[in-house]
Amino acid sequence: MKLTLILSAAVLAVSLQPANAADKLRIATEGAYAPWNFSGPNGTLEGFEIDLANDLCKRMNKECEIVAQNWDGIIPSLTAGKYDAIMAGMSITPKREEVIAFSKPYAAAINSFAVLGDGDLANLPMAGKPLSVDSEAAKPVLEQIVKLIEGKAVGVQGSTTASSFVEQYLKGADAREYKTTEEHNLDLVAGRLDAVVANATVLSAALEKEDMAGVKLSGPLFSGKVFGMIGIGLRKEDTALKADFDKAIEAARTDGTIKTLSEKWFRLDVSPQD
Amino acid sequence: MNIFDVSFFAENFVALCRGIPLTLQLTLLSVTSGAVFAIVLASFRLSGNQVLDGLARGYIFVFRGTPLLVQLYIIYYGLSQFPELRKSFAWPFLREAYWCASLALCLNTAAYSAEIIRGGVIAVPLGQIEAAKAYGMGGLTLLRRIIAPQAFRLMLPAYSNELILVVKSTALASTITMMEVTGIAAKLISATYRPVEIFIAAGAIYLLLNFSITRLLRLLEYRLSRDRRPHQAATGEHA
Repeated sequence: MKLTLILSAAVLAVSLQPANAADKLRIATEGAYAPWNFSGPNGTLEGFEIDLANDLCKRMNKECEIVAQNWDGIIPSLTAGKYDAIMAGMSITPKREEVIAFSKPYAAAINSFAVLGDGDLANLPMAGKPLSVDSEAAKPVLEQIVKLIEGKAVGVQGSTTASSFVEQYLKGADAREYKTTEEHNLDLVAGRLDAVVANATVLSAALEKEDMAGVKLSGPLFSGKVFGMIGIGLRKEDTALKADFDKAIEAARTDGTIKTLSEKWFRLDVSPQD
Repeated sequence: MNIFDVSFFAENFVALCRGIPLTLQLTLLSVTSGAVFAIVLASFRLSGNQVLDGLARGYIFVFRGTPLLVQLYIIYYGLSQFPELRKSFAWPFLREAYWCASLALCLNTAAYSAEIIRGGVIAVPLGQIEAAKAYGMGGLTLLRRIIAPQAFRLMLPAYSNELILVVKSTALASTITMMEVTGIAAKLISATYRPVEIFIAAGAIYLLLNFSITRLLRLLEYRLSRDRRPHQAATGEHA
């Protein structure tokens, strides 16, 4: 009896301890998705999400540690408790929401094609124009693109909204899945792929690299339900942490921090609109 | 969500079986071409010629000493960086992930197998070779009648180990877009976020493949060691 009392008191004491005082908040990122998150020249993590994570942690008054994790296992490792949050350009999708919870969105997802400048797909319609794939206007454009892309090798990063987009909307394409966007970019340059689909911010950052000369964006800047909004992935049971993040994101959005960081890293504003 | 969902496991096991043909193709292709290359390397090692021996030693040193994944990446992503190569005759092959994976596996297994073959050859008792020579056997006859059959039997246990390693190594092909068993597993996990059942199913498939291979090799080993088994009593019983 006494033992039970002591034990339950101990459990209570541990569980009552405020989380922010007891342990660091561990945030996982991919580290290979520039300029959202990537390893800088000296090996430290850098990027839009790293800056934003640090800003949000300051707002929540928490000590944070940002860790790199392969995209492949990023959700299972969250549910397994290896870290507490994911900030890795992850779109909020219904399928992911079956497994984890998301904070309010902190960015909108815009995807695009990148192709070889002298390839067959260099002149897809609506180049550089925003297009929501859910809209009526998108139907004829998508039809045109589907015809052009039939049988072409299209690279995407596996388990991304880009891969679901290709699966759902570009069925005739020969879709190939890669571990990282860097790898499919290499294969585009090498001529193994006719096109890649990825987040437009990531692609345009990659295009600035010297070895990507000859590659250009093509077709519309896609948005829509399939791409979703980007939020922080959290375990479903961590509702208090979600409330903290939601509050911090809202504050960072209204005071323009997200916009400033977005323009610093992407040269365009991806902050979520209402 | 259950910890382990049996029907989900079964469903995904079937889906993963679609990757078996590719896994087997990669294995067969790399094992056969690797074996041929290994014989060449082993004969270089055993040739007594310093230059050939040195070449083979260097090759084996490099390919045994570096990770297969690194070799695969160098062949797939590395070589494709050279425009000269992309214009060359080799590009139609190196363009395809399939041939890159087969090539990397072949080069890698050849390095290991060469040493296994060499080990088998030098384990043939010298007395037998001398005896054969005394009978006037030489060159190819000696190799065919005395050295090769015994070396083959001696190297078989080590070589079956190598075969198992190759089957498992084919999983690395998934890192260069190949949809073999592991590639399909990764895709299914990305769609369901349920790694437990799917990876266990994938593991079970490799286990079944390797089980069949070890059985076959054990049978072969048994048949090749007839002279070492105690003689069955000559009662005319043929079970």
